[in-house]
Amino acid sequence: MGRKLLLEHAQVPGIHTYEVYRKNGGYRSVEKALKTMSPDAVVEEVKKSGLRGRGGAGFPTGMKWSFLAKPEGVPRYLVCNADESEPGTFKDRYLMEKIPHLLIEGMITSSFALGANTSYIYIRGEYSWILFILEKAIAEAYEKGWLGKNILGSGYDLDMYVNIGAGAYICGEETALLESLEGKRGNPRIKPPFPAVKGLWQCPTVVNNVETIAAVVPIVNDGGDEYAKIGIGKSTGTKLISAGGNINKPGVYEIEMSITVEEFIYSDEWCGGIKRGKKLKACVPGGSSVPILPHYLVCKTAAGEDRLMTYESLADGGFATGSMLGSGGFIVYDEDQCIVRNTWNFARFYAHESCGQCSPCREGTGWMEKVLHRLENGAGKMSDIDLLVDVAKKIEGNTICPLGDAAAWPVSAAIRHFREEFEWHVNEPRLCMERNYGLVGETQIV
Amino acid sequence: MHTTTQNGTPFKYSSAALAEVQGLTKKYPEGRAKSAILRALHIAQEENQGWLSVAAMDEVAGVLGIKPIEVYEVASFYSMYNLSPVGKYVLEFCHTGPCAIEGAELLIEYTKLKLGIGKNQTTPDGMFTIKEVECLGACGYAPMMQVGEFYHEHLDAGKIDQFIEDCKAGKIDKGTWKMH
Repeated sequence: MGRKLLLEHAQVPGIHTYEVYRKNGGYRSVEKALKTMSPDAVVEEVKKSGLRGRGGAGFPTGMKWSFLAKPEGVPRYLVCNADESEPGTFKDRYLMEKIPHLLIEGMITSSFALGANTSYIYIRGEYSWILFILEKAIAEAYEKGWLGKNILGSGYDLDMYVNIGAGAYICGEETALLESLEGKRGNPRIKPPFPAVKGLWQCPTVVNNVETIAAVVPIVNDGGDEYAKIGIGKSTGTKLISAGGNINKPGVYEIEMSITVEEFIYSDEWCGGIKRGKKLKACVPGGSSVPILPHYLVCKTAAGEDRLMTYESLADGGFATGSMLGSGGFIVYDEDQCIVRNTWNFARFYAHESCGQCSPCREGTGWMEKVLHRLENGAGKMSDIDLLVDVAKKIEGNTICPLGDAAAWPVSAAIRHFREEFEWHVNEPRLCMERNYGLVGETQIV
Repeated sequence: MHTTTQNGTPFKYSSAALAEVQGLTKKYPEGRAKSAILRALHIAQEENQGWLSVAAMDEVAGVLGIKPIEVYEVASFYSMYNLSPVGKYVLEFCHTGPCAIEGAELLIEYTKLKLGIGKNQTTPDGMFTIKEVECLGACGYAPMMQVGEFYHEHLDAGKIDQFIEDCKAGKIDKGTWKMH
């Protein structure tokens, strides 16, 4: 069994209530930080921990915090990004539903470190019932003196509120989130200025993912060095992985970032293997945006080394033969799944979610969706395959926010690794309506 | 995409909802009441039989002290707002990747055939609307749908049959956007 820092008490009955959470060691990090540490000392521990943003980008959290501008007389904000919408990802939901106080505790400690006196949790609109779980927990925290004026007699004041979205993937992008929090359409902003300088209402703002903020709790409790002992290289600590697709045990798992992908997929402790005894065909290890890996690159890197559940190992080989840890949305495909159909499905998702600001993304995502749709339905041409690669290339890097990249990567990766399957769809227009191509590299057609 | 708006019947928040929306604005600095718009719209939608008429959006604008166009442009951006009338129970099926490979598409077709409607359509008795939505963050519990405040997960045809019966019998809790 690996160490659990976030979900250690997730199964304790009543852990969502203040009393039970507190009895299990809750709010110690707030006591420690406010009574014995300076804000900068907390930032220092987070830097030492090596914690990286858990929302998908993996940017070092301590460094992000140190960019926060601190002009006199201007309020600073901490905003929690709980707009979890990356297909395949449902870890933050689990954490907030099960242990809402862990997020609130992390928010208080982090807000103290950043000198924020007001903080917001921006949660996606569809998680409406969790909004009320969080608000109840916040009310409890106020009642017990962990929020409000002069917390623990330290002189530090903090107010915390939850803001709800209304259905828009783009609001998970931090500047779109801030626009939405200001009550506008979720159109990402041009950077610079970055939120650390001009964020919410043009004030310095840090936006962090739910899991990132929760991880600050064990980091402050045990020290950044202790946290950094877990994991390998620059992948320190534990990571929540939400596993779905064709596996026996879908769910949310907390892993130490040192186990192998093979263990994660096949061990009964985690995914428990492929459903119905089928074979593995492909895997999207970090949410729909990251490149898909064919079965022969899932458990081993191109160099033949064991692939690990770490930022570096999953990215080993670059986009040619690797992928990304991303948000930890781990999607497993068995031999019966159609890669063309899945790629079309994701393309439709991005076309639907494009905010429409930038032409390459607005036009390109819809274009890719149409081309993939005709390929999937037996009406595609051989030239469509290279057309897709071309369109994807023209979106990538040419948009204000990373949604364009996120839409382009799955398409180009699917063609890179499964080109034969796309060709089969062109060559066998009738067959592809009736059955799937099966496993790449094996002659058997399912 | 929402392309049309409808005026609808005159709309005013109930007094409880009005108090709640006015309370929401206190969460933001002075002059930033607009930040309450998304939740204010959710509440208005709930009080307007599940959709946002122009009258309902104008009420939100009035209460928040912003221009009606500021509300229209927001309401038309976010997928959870319905800009035309819907049924009593809106079945919002996820059809994105992870749900799709676990059978969501077939299940949606089954439900459409059972209710005799297509997507974004409402049964003639005004009971059910089917929407197809993108990833709701329930990928490990696929296939699934959202109805009102709650998720219904690990669905299959039998559970859909039962769910529809329960709706007809008034046994399904849709939850509420108002203060719990």
